[in-house]
Amino acid sequence: MTADLVIDVRDLHKSYGTRKVVDGLTLAVKAGEICGFLGANGSGKTTTIRMLCGLVRPNGGGGTCLGLDIIRDAPRIRLQVGYMTQRFSFYEDLTVTENLDFVAAVYELDNRREAVKAIIDRMGLADRAGQLAGELSGGWKQRLALAACVLHKPKLLLLDEPTAGVDAKARREFWDLIHDMAADGLTVLVSTHYMDEAARCGRIVYLSDGKLVVQGTPDEVAKGSGLITFEATGPNLDVAARTLRKMPGVESAAVFGSALHIAGMDRAALERAIQSLDGGLAWHEVPPQLEDVFIHLLSQPDRPHA
Amino acid sequence: MNGFSFRRFLAVLRKEWIQVRRDPFTLRMIIALPVMQLFLFGYAINADPKHLPTGLLAVDHSKYERTVIAALKNTGYYDIRPLDSEAEAERGLADGELLFVVNIPPNFDRSVDRGEQPAILMDADATDPSAIGNAAAALAALTSALDRDLPPAARSAPARAPFQFEVHARYNPEQLTVLNIVPGLICIVLTISTLFVTTLSITRETERGTMENLLAMPVRPIEVMLAKVVPYIVIGYAQVILIVAIAVAVFGLPVRGSVALLTLALGLFIASNLALGITFSTVARNQMQAIQMAQFTLLPSFLLSGFMFPFKGMPAWAQWAGELFPVTHALRIVRGILLKGNGFAEIAPDLWPIAVFTLAVTLVATWSYRVTLD
Repeated sequence: MTADLVIDVRDLHKSYGTRKVVDGLTLAVKAGEICGFLGANGSGKTTTIRMLCGLVRPNGGGGTCLGLDIIRDAPRIRLQVGYMTQRFSFYEDLTVTENLDFVAAVYELDNRREAVKAIIDRMGLADRAGQLAGELSGGWKQRLALAACVLHKPKLLLLDEPTAGVDAKARREFWDLIHDMAADGLTVLVSTHYMDEAARCGRIVYLSDGKLVVQGTPDEVAKGSGLITFEATGPNLDVAARTLRKMPGVESAAVFGSALHIAGMDRAALERAIQSLDGGLAWHEVPPQLEDVFIHLLSQPDRPHA
Repeated sequence: MNGFSFRRFLAVLRKEWIQVRRDPFTLRMIIALPVMQLFLFGYAINADPKHLPTGLLAVDHSKYERTVIAALKNTGYYDIRPLDSEAEAERGLADGELLFVVNIPPNFDRSVDRGEQPAILMDADATDPSAIGNAAAALAALTSALDRDLPPAARSAPARAPFQFEVHARYNPEQLTVLNIVPGLICIVLTISTLFVTTLSITRETERGTMENLLAMPVRPIEVMLAKVVPYIVIGYAQVILIVAIAVAVFGLPVRGSVALLTLALGLFIASNLALGITFSTVARNQMQAIQMAQFTLLPSFLLSGFMFPFKGMPAWAQWAGELFPVTHALRIVRGILLKGNGFAEIAPDLWPIAVFTLAVTLVATWSYRVTLD
């Protein structure tokens, strides 16, 4: 049963001084899965990813990654894992090709030149191959970083906020590439703050203060939250949102295009809030969106979920 | 996975070499620094300063006086100009306009003729003893300056010494400061360029964020460190060739020993500096700390090695401290090979301390290279 678990870690702890960054995290990721890693800034996502590839030693707990012990076998795990750091960490004074060639050589790939050429073609980097990495825009840098991570054909990709600060089109293309690679059997653990990206994951894991708060498919997480959401259309939505936000029981009220969303845990309170408005808005209940759920989770980090 | 991989080492080396080539500013500094220092030290620094400004206080302007002053000028150490008053002399010494004031007493000629052995007072600014030392020493020979003007009976009877010393200034018969400086300069320039550049190499990876990636890849610390060091060995040799070529062509530096031996010994010295630089680089948390550590070692390298001041003139504890630095030994080796024509047997006592230092420092570096981000 554990055979098809690519990541299988239990009760991981990591603290810096007295601050507990990761506090009893248990995580299991199946082969071929795209697992989204969500949580507020400082919730322990980066530290967890670093522990998985042996860059940070856990203070407690342990487990396996690709069937190898994350403490004892860290060097062997690194050979089979592609890790893309949050900050661009390739050499800005080297060209795209030179960076990739360096990575290929460090992994001692046979047919280095062919491997580099193949990845350049696959990632659509051919036009930029001779450009210095420091001169690339954010989207291209991130593509180069992804290319470098998958060059040695890893079995597991660990991506730490790979699309931060990248435009929508580049993000879309990046995720197409990730799905493309997952189709080939690659397992992906990716941390993100974007809800549209979370929705594209097979499973999402939400961290808060170094603890796992909720996990499941995006649908399960949305439904399991117990959150009730109403949507309204009509005039002056911004004014209505401002009024509703102050009402008891309304956890969030936000305008999306031509619709106003309000969410809360208490149905009666929400309905009272709606009725107290002057009207003119057409209300109906909608299934909770991931975004609503995460804003709900972010606003009450101490509340443990089942 | 474990153990040294030559292919991975070559991969990092290739990367480092591209980075060195793409940094034209550093490359230019690496060439400009030794050339500038060579000319500065070669032409500007003189351990035997001459033509020192000297004031003259005299009232008589007599015959003997003129003879004595001519003799002072002829030593080459004194540039003499007459002063009007004692006050002017005091002011000159105080503000540094004058290093010496010659006071010739009134009735000098008559006192000499009467055999009273009058004293000429030399006021000297001794705040910098080395500036006036040789000039003052030259005075001893001048007491016979009046001999031609005096009757035989009154001449300074040359004492018939029972024996005498004869100084034979070997290796550098003209006692040219530049010949002493150039070998030292080779060592100092190598220290500056190799130590500083490598000191920054690993901290730069940390600060640019590339270290996290490097750690996540299967490279071993020793491969990274060696690869970071090798380009600078090449650069170090280029600097040595440049310095020696200019020193031979412009300053007439003799090359009396084996060039191959010099190359070998300097290779070891370069390695010791690079090892130290890498160690600083791994111990330091950021570039600022790394630079401070390098500067901390640079000062004793200048002062205790025998580069600036004679090594044997230092107290024993300072000599012991000086012996710890590879630059001290390298300096003796380079002076020995270039000026004295020393061979392997003569330089061996200075080779092994550098080797031991290199080994010890490399161990520290390997031990403190952080393989995790903790």
